[in-house]
Amino acid sequence: MAIMAARADAPHGTAPAPFLAGFADTPPDLPGAGRPWVEALRAQGLETFARLGVPTRKVEAWKYTDLRRLSKLSLAPAPVLTDGVPAGLDTLLAATGESHRVVFVNGWLRPDLSRLGGLPAGVRLGGLAALIEADDPLVAERLGRAVPEASDAEPRPFLALNAALMQDGYVLALDAGAVVDRPIHVVFWTEPGGVPAACFPRHLLVAGANSRATVVEHHGGADDTPCLTVAAYEAAVDPGAKLRHYRLQREGAQAVHLSHVLASVAADAAYESFVLTLGGALTRNEGAAILAGRNADLHLNGAYMVAGDAVVDNTTVIDHAEPDGRSREVFRGVLDDKARGVFQGRIQVRRGAQRTDGYQLSQAMLLSPGAEADNKPELEIFADDVKCSHGATAGEIDHDALFYLRSRGIAEDVARALLIEAFIAETIDEIADEPVREQFLGAVRAWLIAHGERIPT
Amino acid sequence: MLHIKDLHVTVEDREILKGLSLDIGPGEVHAIMGPNGSGKSTLSHVLAGREGYRITAGEVVFRDRPMLDLEPEERANLGLFLAFQYPVEIAGVTMNTFLRTAVNALRKHRGEPELDPLQFVKLLRSKTKALGISDEMLKRPVNVGFSGGEKKRNEVLQMALLEPALAVLDETDSGLDIDALKIVADGVNALRGPDRSVLVITHYQRLLNYIVPDHVHVLAGGRIVRSGGQELAHELEAKGYADIIAAAA
Repeated sequence: MAIMAARADAPHGTAPAPFLAGFADTPPDLPGAGRPWVEALRAQGLETFARLGVPTRKVEAWKYTDLRRLSKLSLAPAPVLTDGVPAGLDTLLAATGESHRVVFVNGWLRPDLSRLGGLPAGVRLGGLAALIEADDPLVAERLGRAVPEASDAEPRPFLALNAALMQDGYVLALDAGAVVDRPIHVVFWTEPGGVPAACFPRHLLVAGANSRATVVEHHGGADDTPCLTVAAYEAAVDPGAKLRHYRLQREGAQAVHLSHVLASVAADAAYESFVLTLGGALTRNEGAAILAGRNADLHLNGAYMVAGDAVVDNTTVIDHAEPDGRSREVFRGVLDDKARGVFQGRIQVRRGAQRTDGYQLSQAMLLSPGAEADNKPELEIFADDVKCSHGATAGEIDHDALFYLRSRGIAEDVARALLIEAFIAETIDEIADEPVREQFLGAVRAWLIAHGERIPT
Repeated sequence: MLHIKDLHVTVEDREILKGLSLDIGPGEVHAIMGPNGSGKSTLSHVLAGREGYRITAGEVVFRDRPMLDLEPEERANLGLFLAFQYPVEIAGVTMNTFLRTAVNALRKHRGEPELDPLQFVKLLRSKTKALGISDEMLKRPVNVGFSGGEKKRNEVLQMALLEPALAVLDETDSGLDIDALKIVADGVNALRGPDRSVLVITHYQRLLNYIVPDHVHVLAGGRIVRSGGQELAHELEAKGYADIIAAAA
């Protein structure tokens, strides 16, 4: 197919990523073959990826996160599983209740497990691959271009690789004024089936003027085999619209998850993102959001709890381009054993973005001397009338608080669990949607119990 | 109730307590008064089992049980309660969760069934009113955003819920106005009984007008230099520490 031919002709004459050698042997059947608008996106992605290459730690943006564990792998396209429910996926499905639901296994839509019907007028929810094949006008117009302002700000090799190999994903399109009351649940499961694999989901969210929706994603996968997910989201939030976008990442033990959220928030619009990472071997969530209209509101929050030698990296750029914007960014993590947390957060305030109100906080709790947290906040302010604050801390559990609880008869391990839970729960409180808040808190407690902590009943 | 014999304690290689001895019988209220740096807070911390203190000699027996090898939570379960001079703020843990966890830990230790949230709220309500603690306060994180008076009242609330055999009040009067002082003292006095003892550690005599001690001790230079009845507190208030300590030396 075209994409593979292009690969062979890549500028350096080598496959752009050695770990994807399996893709050359058995090319996946990607959507859009023969469609110039799709092939152009793929060719451009491939060209960019070939130019940038797999970043090493010498690349500033990857200073704290080492991808060497990726280079040891040889990955095949994740198999297409059209039926059956892998063990573990059933639990994720149960978490979606009776709500609207889109389910992906190995990056491909599973219509049989999804519930796409019953949406209000003016709301479209579907799989990207099918819409590409149908030359859907909205997808043809917006894919790869939904967030033009942010797309070229930072070299993002894996965003480019996603464009080159994008397979399927969800498309949520809200007409102006459309409102979805119930949350839309999206479930992702990876099941490599014994052969190390990769998948490249691509998602498009377009919230028309004054529309409203809540998306809750549940990510999980098998523990037995390495699986790379390179995901990309484009979220365009038009004037006056409100989009809530929550992600719960409980990936398999050997999963490498590299996600990119590009968001554009128009005048008087609000975009709220929260990503909770409770699993996976290596997770990097890149976020780039532009407050592209006056009085835009952005929440870019997250929390993570990991152990072993897991790495969680949240790297974000918030671009205040217009006046009167508000951005709030809170990330907190709990790191045990030799786990590592990375937070890189840049806030830029352009010259005209007066009366910007920006707040950023990144905190890590280290449960073991081998754990490590790296924080890199950056403020670039070119306007003179702004309010921007940021803070970053990393430290052990609060010994004074621990002693206080124990002095009231609470056993040390219970007191410890209480404090860890409280640390993360405070961040979960940032989630505006109450049922989601409860669900995420439940996931935090489940993580603590699985981790051997004694949660008080 | 509590027997402290020849207690020596060092902090970072500096000896703070230098042979302190004290006996508190059941139902008795003792006050330890002393100037800044005399070792008052060290004593309260060592009794509660805080880390960072090295006990180089002496013994502490609480309810016939050598106590120094016990964990803080074991001491609490045995009936020891320390009202902190500086109650700790715990973000993210609500008062309700904290208090219920503490009460249930104690009930479990005693072999009593744990209280469910409803049963607990009933118990809690029976204690909060007299202390002027609102329902709104109980929804807040422990001590976060509390005024000085609210923090001290919260300490007394915990004491009322845990019903300790020995309450140690560490400078509980500091930072309190007279109204708050009365509320706190009433709370402590309500707990007094033939089987409960109180140790009041304070710099000033003021609190002792409201919690009237049976015995008053002067702590200076890491040991008790003089003991007497309530009149000793008044003498201290009138003459100051310097004279009393000089006379005792």
